[in-house]
Amino acid sequence: MDTKPAPAPFAPWNDPAAVPLIRFEGVTKRFGDFTALQDINLQIYPREFFALLGPSGCGKTTLMRMLAGFETPTEGTIWLDGKNIAPVPPNKRPVNMMFQSYALFPHLSVWDNIAFGLRRAGQDKETIKARVEEMLRLTRLDQFARRKPHQISGGQRQRVALARSLALGPKLLLLDEPLGALDKKLRQDTQFELMDIQEKTGTTFVIVTHDQEEAMTVASRVAVMDAGRLCQVDTPQHIYETPNSRYVADFIGEVSIIEGRVESVAEEIAISYAEGQKPIMTRCAETVSPGQSVFYAIRPEKIWVGSEPHPDRINSVQGTIVDIGYLGDVSNYHVRLDSGQMVKALMTNAERYAASRFTWNDRVWLSWSRHAGVVLTS
Amino acid sequence: MRMNPRRLFLIAVPYGWLLALFMVPFLIVLKISLSDTAIAIPPYMPTLDLSAGWAGIREFFSGLDFENFTWLTEDDLYWKSYVSSLWIAAVSTFFTLLIGYPVAYAMSRAKPEWRPTLMMLIILPFWSSALIRVYAWIGILSSEGYLNQILLWLGVVDEPLSILNTPLAVYIGIVYTYLPFMILPIYAALEKMDESLLEAAEDLGCTRIAAFWRVTFPLSRPGIVAGCFLVFIPSLGEFVIPSILGGSHTLMIGKVLWEEFFSNRDWPVASAVAVVLLLILVIPIVLFQRNEEKNA
Ligand SMILES: Nc1ncnc2c1ncn2[C@@H]1O[C@H](COP(=O)(O)OP(=O)(O)OP(=O)(O)O)[C@@H](O)[C@H]1O
Ligand SMILES: [Mg+2]
Repeated sequence: MDTKPAPAPFAPWNDPAAVPLIRFEGVTKRFGDFTALQDINLQIYPREFFALLGPSGCGKTTLMRMLAGFETPTEGTIWLDGKNIAPVPPNKRPVNMMFQSYALFPHLSVWDNIAFGLRRAGQDKETIKARVEEMLRLTRLDQFARRKPHQISGGQRQRVALARSLALGPKLLLLDEPLGALDKKLRQDTQFELMDIQEKTGTTFVIVTHDQEEAMTVASRVAVMDAGRLCQVDTPQHIYETPNSRYVADFIGEVSIIEGRVESVAEEIAISYAEGQKPIMTRCAETVSPGQSVFYAIRPEKIWVGSEPHPDRINSVQGTIVDIGYLGDVSNYHVRLDSGQMVKALMTNAERYAASRFTWNDRVWLSWSRHAGVVLTS
Repeated sequence: MRMNPRRLFLIAVPYGWLLALFMVPFLIVLKISLSDTAIAIPPYMPTLDLSAGWAGIREFFSGLDFENFTWLTEDDLYWKSYVSSLWIAAVSTFFTLLIGYPVAYAMSRAKPEWRPTLMMLIILPFWSSALIRVYAWIGILSSEGYLNQILLWLGVVDEPLSILNTPLAVYIGIVYTYLPFMILPIYAALEKMDESLLEAAEDLGCTRIAAFWRVTFPLSRPGIVAGCFLVFIPSLGEFVIPSILGGSHTLMIGKVLWEEFFSNRDWPVASAVAVVLLLILVIPIVLFQRNEEKNA
């Protein structure tokens, strides 16, 4: 048996020698006096699956449209493969985009929609036929090939748009909410198909999504945006476990945020958050000084709910259950601390009837470790 | 299937309308076309004399024949007029399209706040009588008209061009009069087109021009077809424009019809001309209907 070295994890963003496929350099986009994107600096590497996440209107589509060539930056430069792409028209860019509105050609059948780009590229009939059929199979649209876009359902239309953008096998694929209209099962299948395509073809994907679970599943890195700015660009795990601001912590997943003041700084720092309560003890990566006001963010699944304080956890607080959400596999607890703050906790129901251990208005102890939460200064 | 009274009423209204305003007049014209000329009032016979009872009706029908239709095939004036009318209508429609499409396209690409104004400008000529507007062209096209004065002044020509009383003047008149009927349906088709379709086409490798031919043009086709019919059908039977601008050389069936009615007072032949014209028109009208249904 030969011992292969374990493949290095895919992380070109940590490799100073890696050459990015896309580089945004101080890119600002204004529409009139409205600033849609503000000083964007961003590198996306070849073979990445890059997800853009953010609330409606934060500039995700605008960022993509600049990559596809439909908008030009007001300031700054975008480099694609080492070339400034400003002077390159959309039809000359090795980039395909799936439009948020699908933009299917209403006068062409599903088949002809998918074949559109291949025909423009001057491929021969047999190649086109093979490729279109492959795309139809991939998106499970075989039966609908002859229909016009207005004769199929919304989810089917979305898949046609996806198939059309995939057909040309571009170097960079921009997907603007590609799976929003699909049901959960089909969405998951398509996500895996996309990852598979990416594996096989080495295409770089930039994908917009409102579904953070989707971003977490497919993305190599996630960019969280707010009002035209990039808040944090990092791997899904880092975004989740070490958000750099309250906004990011709150945007991705469930979180409880407690406002407090640094009391002392040692191996652990102590954060006092209410009169007469034991301060929260936590490890902290950031440098903070005593007296500074900070936010302590903690995810629900990191909190243990019990009738006694947990013996091994450094933090234990008492509170009253205000609400319970039973979801089968897990239960959500909304607990009001005696000091007034609301905290969310999540427990897996490891045993049957475990959920009925606590009920509304029960007094419980919440316990968590020194590594459970993060300290945020903004 | 049994129909409830409400449904029956809803269907009866348009059919009643068609019967009263289309079928009845058509049957009257058809009847006259089967009659013979007479120096009388009305100038044809037989007339239906109901007071004579059954015998009167029998006599009336025995007096009808296809003589006038045979006559239309014997004198080559008629078929030449039909062919010439078809040709003039077709050529005019073509040029109306050639001018109307770019105008409609420009309107649909104009800033939204400009569009109502542009639309207004297209419709504005309808506020004055078509007759007056066609007459005004005499002042422009005649040998002493504005056009010739400008051309002479510019030195483009040495002597005045004779445009008035030629087919060219008829083309100009028809294109001018019917242009809005071409522009409006094409504009309607172009205006509702989604801009992102062009972006998608460009994204998939089309140049701007290719994107126009592959996407914009096919999507505006229903508008083009509608516009062409709206111009072709009325210009085929056009009478005012050829008689005002076309002089005696321009052969058009509308003019022939007029002359048969009012100069020759030969109502039966005139009616036969009208019936044939109608039959010729039915073909494009049916095609037009099909097109509309397909796009409904
Ligand atoms: N052509 C334009 N003219 C003026 N403002 C625009 C234009 N295009 C976009 N905007 C504005 O820029 C902002 C960002 O728009 P964008 O479409 O990028 O949002 P988005 O993040 O994709 O939102 P969503 O998730 O709803 O799709 C919005 O406030 C939008 O109104
Ligand atoms: Mg968007």
